[in-house]
Amino acid sequence: MSLLVEMNEKAMALGVPLTVHIDVTYRCNERCVHCYLDHDDHGEMTTAEIKNVLDQLAEAGVFFLVFSGGEVFMRRDFLELVEHARKLQFNVKVKTNGVMIHEAEARRLRELGVEQMQLSVYSHRPEVHDAITKLPGSLKRTVDSIKFLKAQGLKVTLSNVLMTVNRNDHKGTQALAKELGIAYTLDPTVTPMIDGNTSNLYLRVDDKNLDQLFADPELVGDVDEYCKPPAPVDDDALEGYSCSAGHTACYISPYGDVFPCVQFPLPTGNVRRQKFADIWYRSPQMQEVRSIKIKDLTVCSSCSHAGTCSRCPGLAYMEGSMRGPSTTDCEKSFHRTGIPSANMLRKASMASAGPLVQILPMTV
Amino acid sequence: MPETYIARSTAIAARMLGGEMMIMSALDSTFFTLNEVATVIWQAADGNTPLSEIVERRVCGEFEIEPEVARRDAEQFVSQLSVHGILLVSDRPIQELKPGSAETR
Repeated sequence: MSLLVEMNEKAMALGVPLTVHIDVTYRCNERCVHCYLDHDDHGEMTTAEIKNVLDQLAEAGVFFLVFSGGEVFMRRDFLELVEHARKLQFNVKVKTNGVMIHEAEARRLRELGVEQMQLSVYSHRPEVHDAITKLPGSLKRTVDSIKFLKAQGLKVTLSNVLMTVNRNDHKGTQALAKELGIAYTLDPTVTPMIDGNTSNLYLRVDDKNLDQLFADPELVGDVDEYCKPPAPVDDDALEGYSCSAGHTACYISPYGDVFPCVQFPLPTGNVRRQKFADIWYRSPQMQEVRSIKIKDLTVCSSCSHAGTCSRCPGLAYMEGSMRGPSTTDCEKSFHRTGIPSANMLRKASMASAGPLVQILPMTV
Repeated sequence: MPETYIARSTAIAARMLGGEMMIMSALDSTFFTLNEVATVIWQAADGNTPLSEIVERRVCGEFEIEPEVARRDAEQFVSQLSVHGILLVSDRPIQELKPGSAETR
C-alpha cells in the first residue's frame, strides 16, 4: 500500500478532511459549451473571508487544497490567496484555463511552491478548441501559458473533456500534451448544470466512443486488466463507500457554500455563517452522506459491478437519489466490461413488462 | 566539531495527521511521513537551534532514547530529508525563509 493511500485511510478513520476543492470565483473569460456554472457574480467571498476559511481548513487538517473556478485569475487577489495558502503549508493545485498566465504569473506560482497546475485543453486544433471555449485565440494563449509554466519547472497536466464536438480530436490533443512534455487526462463525463438544467448533456459522447476509449492502451494501460469482468462482490466491498466525498473531501463555492463535492450539489452549510469544522463534523447532510455504505444503495448493492464501479454519488443525487444509481457510471461499467449493470437490467425489465395498467374497451 | 543547523524548506506542504507529520515536496512530489520523534526534530528545525541542542533538549528530553543513539538517528534523518531538499542544512544559522522567496527552490 502506498504512503498516500495509507494516509487517506488514516484520514478516513479519523474523519479528517484531507482534500478541499475551493472555487474562488464562478466568473470566467471563456464560455465553454459544456460548463455547468452560472458565471455571474452573486457575491463572492472577499479576500479576508477566503483567508479566514483557509486558516480554518489548515486547523481542520486539510492537506491537499485545490483552487479552481470559474477562472481563478479573474480575481485580482488570486496570487495573494495562493501565498496565504502556501504560508499555511497546503499542498496547492490550481485548475485554470491559463489564458491570463504570462511569464510573471508563472514565475510567482513557482516561487510560491504550487505543486501542480491543471489546464483545460479540448483540442489541438484552434478551430475546435476556440469554438468550445467561445474565446478566439484561446488555444494559443493556453498553450503559451503551459510553456511559461513548464519553463519555470512546474508540474503541469493537460485536462480534456471528451464530448460530441471534439470526439475525433483526443488523439491529437494527447499528442500535443506529449509534445509539450506534460501529463494528459481525458474525462468523458459532462456534468449537468449546477441549477439542475440538463441542456448541456447533448454533448455526452455515444456508446461507440466509450468503447473506443476503454480499448485504448494509451489511456487505460493494460486493456485486459482494465476491462476484465468484475470480481465477485464480497462483504468488504459492501461495507465500503462510493468515493471520498464527505469522508475525506469536500467542496466550497465562491459564496461560502459547502458541499460534499464539486459534483454533488447537496448544501451542507455556509462558512459565512458557520465554522467550517461545525459543518464538516455536525452538518446532518454531511453525516447522512457519510453514513451511506455500498450495501445501503437501493439498486447498486445487488449489482455485479458494486465493488469496482466508479459510481458518483453526486451524479446519482442529481439523477434523483444519493442512494440510487448514477446511469452515466452504469454505462461506463458496461462499456468497460460488456456486463450490464443491475440498473440497466432493471430498466430493460421495466421496459419489456408492458404498461402498468391495461384498459380493455367496454363492450356494450 | 562544527555545529549543524537545520531549517525547514518552504517548498513543501506539511500537516499533522493523527500524531504523524505528512510532508510533500513541491519540487519532486516526494511524499514522507514522520514518526513522533522525527516530527519533534522537524518542528524544532528553525535554522537557529543547533541540531545537537535539538537532540539533547527535545529528543532525549521527551523520549527515552540514549544520547548517542538519538544523535546518530537524527543525523541520518537530517541527511535523508536534505537529499530531497525539504530540510536545509548548514554549519551556520540559517535565515528564515518565506514561501515566495528565491531560496525556496
